[in-house]
Amino acid sequence: MTLYIDALELQAQMLRSERPAPEARSVSRRPPQLAPGRLAPGVILFGPVAFVLLWEFASAVGWISPKFLAAPSTAIVTGIELLRSGTLADHFLASAKRAYLGLGIGVAIGLVLALASGLSRIGEASIDGLVQIKRAVPTLALIPLAILWLGIGETMKVALIASSVLVPIYINTHAALTGIDIRHVELARSVGLTRGAFLREVALPGALPGFFTGLRLAVTTCWTALVVLEQINTSEGIGYLMNRARDYGQTDIIVVGLAIYAALGLGSDFAVRFWERKALSYRKAMAS
Amino acid sequence: MNVAVHSFRPEPGGRDAAVSLRNLTRRFSGRDVLSDVSLDFAPGEFVALIGKSGSGKSTLLRAIAGLDDGVAGEGTMTVPPDRSVLFQDSRLLPWKTVLQNVVFGLRAADADERGAAALTDVGLAGRETAWPNALSGGEQQRVALARSLVREPRLLLADEPFGALDALTRIKMHELLLQLVRQRQPTVLLVTHDVDEAIKLADRVLVMEAGRIVVDRPVTLAHPRAKDAGFGTLRADLLSALGVSDAA
Repeated sequence: MTLYIDALELQAQMLRSERPAPEARSVSRRPPQLAPGRLAPGVILFGPVAFVLLWEFASAVGWISPKFLAAPSTAIVTGIELLRSGTLADHFLASAKRAYLGLGIGVAIGLVLALASGLSRIGEASIDGLVQIKRAVPTLALIPLAILWLGIGETMKVALIASSVLVPIYINTHAALTGIDIRHVELARSVGLTRGAFLREVALPGALPGFFTGLRLAVTTCWTALVVLEQINTSEGIGYLMNRARDYGQTDIIVVGLAIYAALGLGSDFAVRFWERKALSYRKAMAS
Repeated sequence: MNVAVHSFRPEPGGRDAAVSLRNLTRRFSGRDVLSDVSLDFAPGEFVALIGKSGSGKSTLLRAIAGLDDGVAGEGTMTVPPDRSVLFQDSRLLPWKTVLQNVVFGLRAADADERGAAALTDVGLAGRETAWPNALSGGEQQRVALARSLVREPRLLLADEPFGALDALTRIKMHELLLQLVRQRQPTVLLVTHDVDEAIKLADRVLVMEAGRIVVDRPVTLAHPRAKDAGFGTLRADLLSALGVSDAA
């Protein structure tokens, strides 16, 4: 309140003379804020909410044609209808199954490769280069070969999702394993730790933060890969629903599909972050 | 200037020495960091090793600790297998609790009881389940001390263990270390750059320069050591051996 009054006073003084008198500056005691303060919880949603409101408004006054893009309210009604009829649940489950099966397999393979490569020189020599090459090749570019090898069914889709997921898992876990603090290695030697105990008690817990970074990238990657793959020969899944809607010009269903993808991506990321916070709770402890 | 006595202890140290080094040499990229060091430490002796940066004192400690493989050199060492190292940084594993850190690598059925007892000894009873990140720097170093002592080492190797602590905490740690060492009687090699710390704690002070032991002096002052005339004389001698003239 005082600040507000001070500001008014300052403004008044500025108006009185074009060049503010030196004492005018000392009216405001507040030091300049150099770094932005922290947002209150929930305020982060301001952007998305404002965007949806603006979009709804533009649709309502007719700036955006429903043929071009459905209004959020229309999409919500359509979504509820699809939910009631059970259509949405079926398609959603089909998509989730693909994504999470691919994610699970990809995480397992990525982790095994990272451990083999991060903990042995033979492993690193044989694996690291290959994964780096795989990383440079976009998943989309593998689709033709994958179709020739695995057909156009579920196997191909899950395999491609797994192959795109394993990369971030591998890269981050491997980096964390090779970046083990040399001082911890020395300590382990000075207390006479065996190699097995070193792996269990030092190397793996030390690599856990890297693994979680990889996992957060992986959950987003798996949904991204899914979107592309569900455009190919599917009869169920969110991607299929959206493709069919495109053929009939049902922009409301397309918006529903987009919203589901967004919710799933955000939800997965949130779940991983929650798990990460629990598993790495030791990091939060701070000296008083 | 009157440089302090260069008195190497009479050879040989014999079978009863806790640590025995003969003609120890270590080289980094062709340069001798340790040259021809021969030393004996008696069981239970508290030895302080001082020297300028780069004089080779840490290299000597790491050689005795067995942490210098891959470093070129020769010489023979007789060192007890049950030794433990106290590093300058506490080196606690952040993902292990305080107690888990203390008993880290300790293979004993009663490890946890011994660990808890060691924590009590360093004044940290009740903090067993705390995370290291939640402790102050001095507390972390006390956990590291407990980790070293819980192994009941016959040789304690301390590499500037108090260098990163503030002055008040350091004084407390000195008392704690002296008290615990008196109880358990390990042989101690304390590497430090602090002459006062060396005189205050040790039975014997070594000065190292360019990879050689240039001064080897017993400290016969009675504990607790006040900064009296005897302290001052020894301090001036050691400082001059380090090439520092002390006006104070």
